[in-house]
Amino acid sequence: MAKKSGPAKMAAPKQKKSFGEICKKNIGFFFILPWLVGFCWFKLYPMASSLFYSFTDYNLFKGINVLGTLQNYIDVFTTKKIVRALGVTFRYSFITVPLKLAFALFIAYILNFKIKGVKFFRTAYYIPSILGGSVAIAVLWKAVFRDDGLLNTALGFFGINGPSWLSDPNWAIFVICLLRVWQFGSAMVIFLAALKGVSNDLYEAAAIDGAGKWRQFFTITVPLITPVIFYNLVTQLCQAFQEFNGPYIITQGGPRNSTTLVSLLIYNSAFRQYDMGMASAMAWVLFVILMVFTVIAFLSQKYWVFYSDDDGGK
Amino acid sequence: MQAESKSKHIISIILRYTVLILVGVVMVYPLLWMVGATFKSNAEIFSGIGLFTAHPTLDGYKAAMGNYGGDIGILRAMLNTFSYVIPKVVFTVISATITAYGFGRFNFKGKGILFAVLMSTLFLPQVVLNVPQFILFSKMGWVGSKLYLPIIVPTLFATDTYFVFMLIQFQRNVPKELDEAAKIDGCNAFQTLYKVIVPMLAPAITSCALFQFMWSTNDFMGPLLYVNTPAKYPMAIFVKLSMDADAGVSWNRILALSLISIIPSLVIFFLAQDQFVEGISDGGVKG
Repeated sequence: MAKKSGPAKMAAPKQKKSFGEICKKNIGFFFILPWLVGFCWFKLYPMASSLFYSFTDYNLFKGINVLGTLQNYIDVFTTKKIVRALGVTFRYSFITVPLKLAFALFIAYILNFKIKGVKFFRTAYYIPSILGGSVAIAVLWKAVFRDDGLLNTALGFFGINGPSWLSDPNWAIFVICLLRVWQFGSAMVIFLAALKGVSNDLYEAAAIDGAGKWRQFFTITVPLITPVIFYNLVTQLCQAFQEFNGPYIITQGGPRNSTTLVSLLIYNSAFRQYDMGMASAMAWVLFVILMVFTVIAFLSQKYWVFYSDDDGGK
Repeated sequence: MQAESKSKHIISIILRYTVLILVGVVMVYPLLWMVGATFKSNAEIFSGIGLFTAHPTLDGYKAAMGNYGGDIGILRAMLNTFSYVIPKVVFTVISATITAYGFGRFNFKGKGILFAVLMSTLFLPQVVLNVPQFILFSKMGWVGSKLYLPIIVPTLFATDTYFVFMLIQFQRNVPKELDEAAKIDGCNAFQTLYKVIVPMLAPAITSCALFQFMWSTNDFMGPLLYVNTPAKYPMAIFVKLSMDADAGVSWNRILALSLISIIPSLVIFFLAQDQFVEGISDGGVKG
């Protein structure tokens, strides 16, 4: 419908239509106008200016000089601390995302059987993800993983001498990861809705053919809900790469930078040292990496995501 | 044979419930323990893993209600939080509904491109926007604004794209014949929006409002960047600063503060649980 005239001809005055008529025809545009203004003001302009800043030594209090080189970007890939933070961010994302999805799917699968009290269980699993991002939960996490905290006290009953979760570099990242996996509830609710959509006939047919529960799970359930798995994968990846609250509040990036994610370095660089140029460069590197993974995920769809024919998937 | 499959069936049922209960305990026990700990004395909190105490005390709550530096206390912080969360929710709902209506129900020049832009902003990470937005707002003199301008104003412009996306998805299920009928009855586009679309979308709009309420109440980064006068601190910042200042001595107070700070969210969640679940599963919103 929109094909008949190119955008270049849009405001051609030779057409005899009155201004009022054009307005009437494009009235939808007025409804989206606030969004368009907001997009330009709060997203497009900041993005563009951030790209520019990333090539400068912009300091909020010292002024701005264009570097004329890729110095900031070279620094991102040569500063040990930043490279390390990139590594930690990768590790964090590639541990938490698969674990969270696997857990969410597994629990949703069990809940999808005729379980008594399904609503109760669903609530119990969902609450952590509703509250998970809050400062209160980070405080609780600190209390649980203290040297004499809830977990070590509990382990003590079994005669286990728990490690110093928060001051041992090997364990601290595990604590931060666990906080995210603990919030698998939102992904689980999405899986549960998808599982409800899988027709029972298919399971019955498979059962007649002698397929066990696990076989059914991997040959019927998983293929049918791949669009939802894909959706969860992309959103979770986006969130994991940007995680800030957990490490900022619980460990402040320590011990020995073992939980310093890139988002923490960006924050420190921008809002502690006011080095906006460097912070922008780091943010762009993180953004491009995230983009690459998102694009890979989208391109990989054709190998493993099966959309139903009727409406091209959800 | 029959008996064997039956016993197998029973075993699998037992296994399922065992897994569900074990996982449920891991999920919920820390939260329950936190509630219990707020009634314990500081000496007792880390001495055991029990939920209940033989000597309940309200010391934690009493200390939590105290004022800090004369400028800010938990009640003040809670009021501060709602003074930007409520406008945020209202503005988001209105602007997102209007935008969703424009994209979902009309054709106009450039719609294809603009819709692609809208969808791509779904994947635009906030982490890249934080720095330039801060610079933008600081140039406009909005940082430290007593009216929380940098936190509230963007929501007037439907900047939280996932709500627009969610409403567009729901709107697809509202038959277009209703719009036509309204038009024949003499409604203009605005009247159709608030007389037909809004009532039909009411459940979805409620879901948006609930999610925005939750996320804004829990949001830490926004106030961390844009609020710098102690008297204006919201709960998220106040709890964090109390924890830092305390250096881990009076945990009952800190845990009581934390608990108070999530009570509004918990109440809303329990009142509107099904709305959350429907919103998240039908709208494809991030969680």
